[in-house]
Amino acid sequence: MDWINIIIQGILVGGLYALFATGLSLIFGVMRLVNIAHGDLIVASAYLAYGVMQLTGVGPLTSLIAVIPLAALFGYLLQLLVLNRTLDKDILPPLLVTFGLSIIIQNGLLEIFSANSHKLNLGSFEIESIHLMPGVDIGYFPLLTFAVAVAVVFGLQQLFYHSAIGRAFRAVSDDPEVAQLMGLNNRTVYASAMALCLAVVAVAGVFMAIRANFDPSMGPGRLIFGFEAVIIGGLGNLWGTLAGGVILGVAQALGAQIDPGWQLLSGHIVFLLILAVKPQGLFPKGAA
Amino acid sequence: MKEAGALRPRNDPMALLDLDNLNKRYGALTVTDDLSLSVEAGEIVGILGPNGAGKTTLFNLVAGTVKPNSGTVTFDGRDVTRDGAAQRCRAGISRSFQVPQPFNGMTVFENVLVGATFGRAAPDAGEFAMQALEKSGLARKANMLAGSLPLLDRKRLELARALATEPRLLLLDEIAGGLTDSECHELLDVLRAVHASGVTMVWIEHVVHALLSVAQRLVVVNFGRKIADGLPDEVMASREVRSVYLGDDAHG
Repeated sequence: MDWINIIIQGILVGGLYALFATGLSLIFGVMRLVNIAHGDLIVASAYLAYGVMQLTGVGPLTSLIAVIPLAALFGYLLQLLVLNRTLDKDILPPLLVTFGLSIIIQNGLLEIFSANSHKLNLGSFEIESIHLMPGVDIGYFPLLTFAVAVAVVFGLQQLFYHSAIGRAFRAVSDDPEVAQLMGLNNRTVYASAMALCLAVVAVAGVFMAIRANFDPSMGPGRLIFGFEAVIIGGLGNLWGTLAGGVILGVAQALGAQIDPGWQLLSGHIVFLLILAVKPQGLFPKGAA
Repeated sequence: MKEAGALRPRNDPMALLDLDNLNKRYGALTVTDDLSLSVEAGEIVGILGPNGAGKTTLFNLVAGTVKPNSGTVTFDGRDVTRDGAAQRCRAGISRSFQVPQPFNGMTVFENVLVGATFGRAAPDAGEFAMQALEKSGLARKANMLAGSLPLLDRKRLELARALATEPRLLLLDEIAGGLTDSECHELLDVLRAVHASGVTMVWIEHVVHALLSVAQRLVVVNFGRKIADGLPDEVMASREVRSVYLGDDAHG
């Protein structure tokens, strides 16, 4: 029963990793931009939620009503005013600029909130669970996290394949020059994609901050988890990204069982193995 | 002060499209050299010229994907020289590509729907996209992936996608190239129908007989310059055109 429990907990944590990863996948799919600051944006969203909660006294999930639109607006402006200028044939400028952004966010958060860690409190919901069978208890909160991840992936998938803005994303991704000749303004399409990415980042940040302590230096670690989930699942495939997150979560849970120090390592090892055997990821697909 | 129009060969700001002394250089290479051209609403203008004459660049300048070093592009009485491709598309300029460039990961219908949604103002995108597919003879293949189409259908898709943006000016870049005679006839019928619905056309084509069967005016371009502009018969009969474009020996 132990192993079943471990695998189930790993799967549920995988939902959180998928939340880290979907934004990355989306942005890379639409504009071939690798956002090094992605993890720091997740952490910044957690602090934004913390700030909103301090100011208004609402709970972390309610704070999302304010945090999601604020993050999306920030994403829209970030893309329109900064990142659009870096997009060209050369992939280096966006890497350097987002790397710089990552440093700025980390130090900015350190300056404002100090290095002390915080946590967003959800009360008793955090520790309540369903008793499935002896030795297997499923926590409400991990279950909610996973359900939200599935809902986010499902929602994005619907948006991509059944809406005008989704078709715009796919058209711009396929051929930016022709897309303009179809009346699409690539700059605002990119900005919309980044807004959507940051909306998902906001959700990821809040769920991360409810699950465990966070501090300004945590961003790069979340970025790595996100990258690994995206690449395991196959670039440009959102359901694949969810599967990638789950595989990473299970690998870490199993590794931790062998030795607590092996938790992160086993995740990385599984990632490397998959990269070596299937460089395209497990579920490769055209740009989504 | 600007000089009066004496030095300008043709400059008609009332035309649907008016190019005035356009220049485009890439480093030392001049690909468009002081080119002026007017297209009246309702015309079908054919453009001929040897490879590398600057025909496709001319289309890029009109569609807005390339900006001129100097000169102006006027569309429907408005200076659009500074406008981007998306703005010009919404203003009514649309182009097809010599090598079809569909969005491969999308269905035929979705390809056309993008133009119908974002290239025009009216809200009936779905219906309009379907009409564009019907006009181009692609309605039956609406749900196929664009990447899986054979050449004729890709050419049709180029046309359908251009039509879906509800153009007033349609720029066709070698749309008949690579087609068999019967395929070419089908395409010509489609183009005639599109023209009859009130769309002005400028058509670059190497398949001369196809071009001559619909063009009302012929323009010949070489080294980025306009070397002839007139009725098709007259232009084809001109010695300069025969020597430059058709490669005939001027003395033969």
